[in-house]
Amino acid sequence: MDTRAPKPPRVGLFVTCLVDLFRPTVGFASVKLLEEAGCEVDVPMAQTCCGQPAYNSGDRADTIAIAKNTIEAFEEYDYVVAPSGSCAGMLKKHYPGLFAGEGMWEARAKALAEKTYELVSFLVDVMGVSAVKAAHDGTVTYHDSCSGLRELGIAEQPRRLLASVSGLKLVEMHDADVCCGFGGTFCVKYPDISNKIVEEKTANIAASGADTLLAGDLGCLMNMAGKLQRQGSAVKVRHVAEVLAGMDDGPAIGRGKD
Amino acid sequence: MQITSPAFKENARQALADPQLQKAMLHVRSGFIDKRQHAVDALPEFEALRESARAIKDHTLAHLDIYLEAYEEKVRAAGGHVHWAETAADARRIILDICRAAGARTVTKGKSMITEEIGLNEFLEKEGIRPVETDLGEYIIQLRGEHPSHIIAPAVHLTKDQVEADFRRVHDHLPPARDLSEPESLLGEARRVLRSQYFQADVGITGANFLVAETGSSVIVTNEGNGDLTQILPKVHVVVASIEKIVPTLEDMSQILRVLARSATGQDMSVYTTLSTGPRRPGDPDGPEEYHVVLLDNGRSAMLGTEFQDMLRCIRCGACMNHCPVYHAVGGHAYGWVYPGPMGAVLTPSLMGVDKAGHLPNASTFCGRCEAVCPMKIPLPKMMRHWREREFSRGLNPAVQRYGLGAWAFFARRPRLYRVLTSLAVPALALLGGRRGRFRHLPLARGWTKHRDFPAPERRTFMQQWREREVWKQEARV
Ligand code: SF4
Repeated sequence: MDTRAPKPPRVGLFVTCLVDLFRPTVGFASVKLLEEAGCEVDVPMAQTCCGQPAYNSGDRADTIAIAKNTIEAFEEYDYVVAPSGSCAGMLKKHYPGLFAGEGMWEARAKALAEKTYELVSFLVDVMGVSAVKAAHDGTVTYHDSCSGLRELGIAEQPRRLLASVSGLKLVEMHDADVCCGFGGTFCVKYPDISNKIVEEKTANIAASGADTLLAGDLGCLMNMAGKLQRQGSAVKVRHVAEVLAGMDDGPAIGRGKD
Repeated sequence: MQITSPAFKENARQALADPQLQKAMLHVRSGFIDKRQHAVDALPEFEALRESARAIKDHTLAHLDIYLEAYEEKVRAAGGHVHWAETAADARRIILDICRAAGARTVTKGKSMITEEIGLNEFLEKEGIRPVETDLGEYIIQLRGEHPSHIIAPAVHLTKDQVEADFRRVHDHLPPARDLSEPESLLGEARRVLRSQYFQADVGITGANFLVAETGSSVIVTNEGNGDLTQILPKVHVVVASIEKIVPTLEDMSQILRVLARSATGQDMSVYTTLSTGPRRPGDPDGPEEYHVVLLDNGRSAMLGTEFQDMLRCIRCGACMNHCPVYHAVGGHAYGWVYPGPMGAVLTPSLMGVDKAGHLPNASTFCGRCEAVCPMKIPLPKMMRHWREREFSRGLNPAVQRYGLGAWAFFARRPRLYRVLTSLAVPALALLGGRRGRFRHLPLARGWTKHRDFPAPERRTFMQQWREREVWKQEARV
């Protein structure tokens, strides 16, 4: 009989381009949460972006090239985890379709899709985490980002883990599950419409009375943070992983050292 | 109808600056959504019904020719006439001929998006025939000389005050004290005017929610009963329907009916579900002397077998637009043609060409709420993406976008170069962001900074920091 402890799962962290460039704290928070959950975490250097900007602009050739790069970079891991519902959704729900009918590549894309998860749902659903060792003094509200919610069914998991953060009070805003108006390139292609949508969102955030806004996707967070700050709001904006990992002592998104 | 979809951005800008429209749109956002949710929650088998509704339509579309021919045969057997119209112009001509043969001066109309699609009202007016809309919403729209802004609630872009003002303008015999502040009082007033029209009309024109192959029946669902009067009172009843309205059997129709009203208005059933099969038979208490069906293709058969075939499952419930944040923001007219919202963003390019309607599939955040509520499980975002792919491959999107995207993709495909570039650019941008940690203006991101600040990067990229951490670890081990 084999009495050795089972080998910890090897997780390849898909950092996502926005976290890599704008909010490394989220990446380190993800590593911490995954390691605490018993995973061995690696970050393959060959990753760039999941390809959504090209994919959603109708540029299939570039999307496929980028997807192949991602597939190769993550082939060796047991799991691929991303601190983003929309990037995880891209790998999980959209990559296989890019290679439909293409034999080997389709099989490789499907294999990647099967082992890919968004961070918080991975912690709860796969690693069985039900509580975190973190503290946060204050009232937070949680925005459900669209892809995470509707492609991957993420809603209850982040709320469950947030409930275990000591000192944290979660209040629900009205229409938490309605789009924030980011939509990737949408927000720069149709800035006025995007603005109208994010204004609705920030009004709901303000009405919730929370002092901090959390979500699981950096694109949405940057959009909402940018709008809140333009409106002069004092609400702080963070990725949910920062709070869950207890790494929320640095400046919030779009807040410098002042 | 003149298509203004190419001017979508300008249309949207005007819509966003229109306080009346913005006020009216608040109703869409609350009313429809809550009512639908209520109806869905009350029916545990709703998901299963969606699945079966989808299967029924998929099966029908796979055998469309067979069912259409079977339907035609049944209509003929019941004494009705079937006319095949390949284009909108064909349909208009056929309808005009029927009206002329009946010596029609006035036609009454039940609510129908297909007659909007073929621009029937303007056409008949030009030919000296007066169309009278009998659905309250359509009636209001006709008073104003507008087009519907929603496929089931044509006047949803108007506030109560605007509607009241229109009634007072046109129904100028009304005493000022007459209360017109509630939909019921407006409906009463419209009914009073319409009653005489029903009897004057020589032809009644309706659309169809379903055509049933098994029986040769056309089916309309309404809440005001106006459709029934439109098709029963005149001598001639003309049904105008597009070919994908067909379902095989009455049983199939009732399956789909169970998801239709719930998705549309949150009702279990619409108030009236009316089947008509052929003209009046001997012994029937009422009904028209002549019964015609105009079956319109207008580009639909070209969608069969393409990545847009699923769109032909649409039952025009409106749930997708009721749940669309973009529709909420700009209303239906901004889309610039007959069909607004997510279903319009897929259908309009199919029917009018993506060169004209190219904005529509782009003006979506892909939030996926439309697909999540669509009773027919139509993958609307996926099909909008297909349109974007077609635009991209035809070089239809703006050059700035293409070059920007091209430059980004060049690096995203080359991880090493990408690493080098980002590890230089990010610290520089972080430095520029300064102590504030954000930008009010960014020359290359004006679309963003027009309305919001742009968060500056924290410091250096994650990858830079991670590599250092790994190097330390290695050194610590040695
Ligand atoms: S696309 Fe779906 S939700 Fe939209 S109108 Fe058609 S059936 Fe209804």
